[in-house]
Amino acid sequence: MSEKILMKGNEALAEAAIQAGCKFFFGYPITPQTELAAYMSKKMPKIGGTYLQAESETAAINMVLGASAAGVRVMTSSSSPGISLKAEGISYIAACDLPAVIINVQRGGPGLGGIQPSQSDYWQATKATGHGDFQLLVYAPSTVQEMVDLVELAFDKADEYRIPSMILADGMLGQMMEPVEIKEGHTPKVFDKPWALNGHKNSRPHNIINSLSLDAVTLEKWNIARYEKYAKILENEQRSIEYMTEDAEYIVVAYGASSRVALSAVYEAREQGIKVGLLKPITLWPFPKKALQEKVPTTKKFLVVEMSMGQMIDDVKLSIECQRPVEFFGRTGGIIPSVPEVLNCIKKMGGVE
Amino acid sequence: MAIVFKKPHALTDIPFHYCAGCTHGIVHRLVAEVLDELDIEGKTVGVAPVGCAVMNYDYFNCDIIEAPHGRAPAVATGLKRAMPDNVVFTYQGDGDLAAIGTAETVHSATRGENITVIFINNAIYGMTGGQMAPTSLPNQVTQTTPYGRDVNTAGYPVRVCELLSNIDGVAYLERVSVDCVKNVIAAKKAIKKAFQNQIDKKGFSLVEILSTCPTNWGMTPSESLQWVRDKMMPYYPLGVYKDGVKGDRLK
Repeated sequence: MSEKILMKGNEALAEAAIQAGCKFFFGYPITPQTELAAYMSKKMPKIGGTYLQAESETAAINMVLGASAAGVRVMTSSSSPGISLKAEGISYIAACDLPAVIINVQRGGPGLGGIQPSQSDYWQATKATGHGDFQLLVYAPSTVQEMVDLVELAFDKADEYRIPSMILADGMLGQMMEPVEIKEGHTPKVFDKPWALNGHKNSRPHNIINSLSLDAVTLEKWNIARYEKYAKILENEQRSIEYMTEDAEYIVVAYGASSRVALSAVYEAREQGIKVGLLKPITLWPFPKKALQEKVPTTKKFLVVEMSMGQMIDDVKLSIECQRPVEFFGRTGGIIPSVPEVLNCIKKMGGVE
Repeated sequence: MAIVFKKPHALTDIPFHYCAGCTHGIVHRLVAEVLDELDIEGKTVGVAPVGCAVMNYDYFNCDIIEAPHGRAPAVATGLKRAMPDNVVFTYQGDGDLAAIGTAETVHSATRGENITVIFINNAIYGMTGGQMAPTSLPNQVTQTTPYGRDVNTAGYPVRVCELLSNIDGVAYLERVSVDCVKNVIAAKKAIKKAFQNQIDKKGFSLVEILSTCPTNWGMTPSESLQWVRDKMMPYYPLGVYKDGVKGDRLK
C-alpha cells in the first residue's frame, strides 16, 4: 500500500493527480515537464482515462476548459513558454469560475529562454497569468513529496472554491528523484457540481457557462463577487513552513528549489552562531502575509532568495509593509544559487564577515 | 385545433439580437428543430463562438458554454471526451473557424473528434463592424479592404469544405445555403445528418452555411440573398464534400 518509492518529480505529479481522481489530461510536449505527459499517456488508457496530445498549448488549455465545464477533474501541464500560450484559456477558466489544475515546471526565460530550472514565472503565476482581474491558487512544492501532497490539495481547493490552481514547480524538482509516499486507493473528495454542462436531461433549466457581459455594471458585479471569494481564500488558505524561526533575528524567505538551497545555508549559518531561520511559502497566492507579519517585531532583516532577478521580493516587502530591510539574492537563466553564495548573504546580513 | 407551426423547444424565449435580414436566425431555428426532432436537447452541450453568434448561449435551450475566439472545437473536444454519450456541437463564424481557430478546426478534424460543427460563412467579420474575413471574396470591399480584397496582398479566400475534405478524421462535409426555401430545407437535412452522424459515432461532421450580412455588406436583405447566389456560390459551390465514416479511405 503506502510504502516509499523512488520517483521523479514529474512522474510523481502525474501519479498524484491520478490518485486524486483526475482522469483527464490534455497537454503539449515541452521540456522539462516531458515525463509528466509521458506518464499520463502510459497510465490513462489503463484506468479508463483520457490522455490527449493537443495541437498546441492553446488547444490543450481549451480542452481543459471544456472538460472542466463538463464537471470532471482535469489537468494540464507545461513549462514557462507554454504557460504563456495557455494564458488566454486560464483567464477564461478563472472568469467562468471553473476548477482545474495547471502545472508549470518552470524553465529559464524570457522568450525561448533555456531548459534549466528557473523561478522567473512568479509574477506570471501570482499577478498576471492572463488578461483581466483574476487570481489563481498557486502552490509551490520544494520536494517530490510536497509535489505529491500539493497536487491533491490543488484539486480539492480548486473544486471547493471553483478556481483554477497552479502547481508552480521548476525543472530541478521535475527532474530530480526522491523517495515519496503516494496514498493509493483512497477515495478522493467528491464535490457537487450543479453548474456542470452534462446535459439537462429535461429535468432542469439549461446551464450556461459564460464570461461575456456587454453591460459594464453586470461585469463589475461579477468581478466584485469573485473578489469576495478571493477574500475568503486570502483569509483561509495561506500556507507556509518555518524552520528555526522561533528565536531568529534574521529570516530568509524562499520557495521551491531555492528554498532547499536556502535551508542548507541556514543550517550552516546556525552552526556559525547566526540566529537565522527560513520561512518557506507553500502558497504563493495567497501569499503567507500573516506568517511574515508575525515575524516583523522580532526580525532585524529579511533575505529573499529566488531563481529570478527578484519577483517574490515584492510580496515580501508588501507583506511586512517595508517595516524592515529586505535584501535579495538571486540567480537566473537556469542557474541554481549555491549554498556558499546564500551563506555569504546571510553572514553579511548578520554583520558577520 | 391542430398546431401546424410552433417555436422549437430547443430555442428559449429570449429575442434574437441579430440585424434585419441576417440569416443566423434561420440557422438557429434549423439547429433547434433538429435537436427537437432527434430528441437530444437534454443531452446536448453547445459551444458558442466569439462573433455575432456569441450570445447564442441565451438562445439555445441546451447546456452551453461560450468559448474563447476560435477555440470552440478544442472546448468541444474537452466536453466530448469527458462526456462521450452527450451530443456536442459548435456554432462558429468564418473569422472564428477559419482564421484565429484554423488550427483547432483542422486538428479536431484530424483527430476525428465525434462532434458537430455548424459553420456560418458570410464572408465578413460582423460583430466588429465589417472587416475582411478569411472567406471574403476577391475584390470584396470591407472596412479593412477599402479598395477591395487584393489577393496579392491579402491572400485568397479559404474554402473550408475543400480544405478539410482530405482529412481522414472527417466523416461528413457539406456546404449549403439558406438563401431560399428550397435551400433552407436542404440545409436542415444536412444539419440533421451532421448530428445523426455524431449519435452514430461516425466522426467529425461540419456543415458550412453560406449566410448574409446585410448591415456590413451595405445591402438590403433581398440584395444580400441575391449576392449569396451571384457572388458566393460560384466561389463556394454547394454540395457534399465528404460523406462517410472517419478513416474510411484507409480501409
